[in-house]
Formats: sequence, C-alpha cells, structure tokens
Amino acid sequence: MDFKSEKPIYQQIVDFVCDNIAGGRWPEEERIPSVRDLAAQLQVNPNTAMRAYERLQMADIITNSRGIGYFVAKGAKQRVIGLKRTEFFEVTLPEVFDTMDTLNVSMEEVADQYTKR
Amino acid sequence: MITFKHVSFGYRGGRLFDDLNLDLKRGAIYGLLGKNGAGKTTLLKLMAGLLFPKKGEISVLNRIPRKREPGFLSQVFVLPEEFDLPRMNMDEYARAYGGFYPDFSREQLTNLMRELEVPEVQKFHQMSFGQKKKAYIAFAIACNTPLLIMDEPTNGLDIPSKSSFRRVIASVANEERTIIVSTHQVRDLDQLIDSVVVLDGSEILLNATTAEITDKLQFVHLEENDPALYAEQTIHGRWGVQVNDSGAESPLDMELLFNAAVANRQAIKQLFNR
Repeated sequence: MDFKSEKPIYQQIVDFVCDNIAGGRWPEEERIPSVRDLAAQLQVNPNTAMRAYERLQMADIITNSRGIGYFVAKGAKQRVIGLKRTEFFEVTLPEVFDTMDTLNVSMEEVADQYTKR
Repeated sequence: MITFKHVSFGYRGGRLFDDLNLDLKRGAIYGLLGKNGAGKTTLLKLMAGLLFPKKGEISVLNRIPRKREPGFLSQVFVLPEEFDLPRMNMDEYARAYGGFYPDFSREQLTNLMRELEVPEVQKFHQMSFGQKKKAYIAFAIACNTPLLIMDEPTNGLDIPSKSSFRRVIASVANEERTIIVSTHQVRDLDQLIDSVVVLDGSEILLNATTAEITDKLQFVHLEENDPALYAEQTIHGRWGVQVNDSGAESPLDMELLFNAAVANRQAIKQLFNR
C-alpha cells in the first residue's frame, strides 16, 4: 500500500502552489495556471483544483480577475512564509521533539549539528 | 441525468439486479467500482440501451435508452472494454464515424492522438492492444458527447499512458459533461473521480461524492485497539476507515473505501442513506 500523504488532495495542491510562491518560481502579481491547466498537469479532478484555488483566494494568497485568470496576490510570499512558519512550529517541530525523546537526543547535540552544517 | 427506478435484470438462468435504484448527476466524473462479475458492465450497457431492463424504468438525458432514438445515441459514447475496430486508420475512421456525433471535433482528435502518442496514419489492425485502446479513447473523447461511458479504460495501458489518460480526462472534464468510468483498479483513477458508486452483491452499496465521503468517513492511521469499520495492517502500520465524528478531513483512499463498503455493508449503507 502506498500512502503518499496524510493530507487530502486539495490540501496537497494548496501546498504545491504555496511552495511555488515561497520558492519564488511564481512571482507576485503574475499569472498562474488556470484551474483546468493545473488539474491536467497534476492529473487531478478539476473540482479538486478549484477547491484548492478557492482556499488560496480566501487566504489572500491568490486573486481572481474575472475573465482573465488567477494571479499571485501582492504580499503573498510573506503570507505564505508566515503560514509555513506556523506549520513548522505547530506540526513539524513537535514531531521532531517526539523523535528526540524516543531516541534520547539532547538539545545540545542538535545545536551542535546545526552549527556544524 | 441518469435514473434507474426499480430496475430488474438477469441473463438467462439468473437474476443479476432486482429492484435496483440509482441516481447520477450531470457534470461529474463517476467511478464505478465493483469486483469482477459484480455487474459493472451490465449496468453500463443498461444505461446505453445496449441491454433492456426486465422490469423498471431507466432514464438517461431525459430519454429512454431502450428506444435507441438517434437523438439519444448521438449524445452517448460507450467505450467497451473489448472491441474490434475496422481495418482503417484514424483519419478514415473519423470520416466514417465522426459524423454520427454533432459535437465531434477533428482538430481535438488530432491533439488527443498526439497527447496519447498514437500515430494517426497507422491502421488499427497493425497496432498493439494498448495503442488501439488509446486511439479509441481519443476518438471517444473527441465526440464530445454529454455522456461518456468508459468500461475499464486503463486496462492494457502502460504506466506513462495511464498518466496521459488522467491528464486528458482532467483537461476535458466540465459541468456539461458526465463521465462514467468503471474500474477494478481504483489506484489508476482515484485522484480523478469526484463521485463514487460501489456495486456489490447486485446492489448499489454506495453512491456519494468524494466530499460527502470524507465528511462521513475518516481514513486514518490507527492504534492497535482502535475501533474501525475496516482496517488493514500495512508496513506503515495499521490503517483503516472510521466514522468521522471530529469533522476533520482526511485523504480519501479508494481502496480502503471499497474494502470497507464490501466488508461492512450495513454500516456503510446506513451512514450514507440518510
């Protein structure tokens, strides 16, 4: 069995878009793929892609200019990074802490590894 | 769009469907799931007027399929699992058969053939099974019928072709078009489907949109003694299906859903037949 992710598909699409914005591949105020093109590219149902875009619109990360298409919102990169930081502190880091407890890894060892990079 | 009311049907010597009811809506991509021999193909043939019900009423696009009116047949395309194509290439075939479908697009056909990597000049009888199937899929889509029925379309396709198939279907799906895809290989299509129909033991166990399903069920990682409608042990731990009490959304796993529906018929039926 193959569990690629514990997230619903539309959430994975939201992440995909956010990664593109945070990584600067989709610059602010520039046009992004249409729902149909994105659905085809990711091989998902267009309704699922639509749902992802609706969420992104509600979060002011993308905007819809009727008849023209979707654009990366002004200030979206900062907002995405903010959301990703929250996710890092609320989801990723607690998991790392759990693993550290299980493996008996101290904060000093981690700090040591971090500075040695 | 498609309604079955109290439909009975059986082949000689047996009854397959008895008092079957079904309601499918316009503009969705339906996945029809069922085991081998569950009656998926029969159900599709009844919709298309290729088989006649013994009892009950079937209505498709506001017409009665059994009457096989030209105005109905030009609105429906059926891609069967097994088929024979004449000794022609696609250009000859399109000129001979495209005219039966008012919205058929020759240009779109060329684009689809290119996308699916099938040469237009090659004769069908010189093609491998997979190539022939892709050619027929391209033609089926290019007919632009409001109802497109595909019986096991991914059977015989190689891995890159399955990807191309998903890409093509995702790009042509719209509110005007209903696509019904039967499959026993749920993994091929699970991201594409927005409604699921499970056929098992001669009845419709489940007919729901993926949103309704994730609203009512949760597909989660389970602890050893957690109760579940269905669970299986995998190398990633114990995974299963639970009733969704928390309102949280989880990723729909078609295979788990299907196994849960078949293993726990009553619970699933109760949950979805409000």
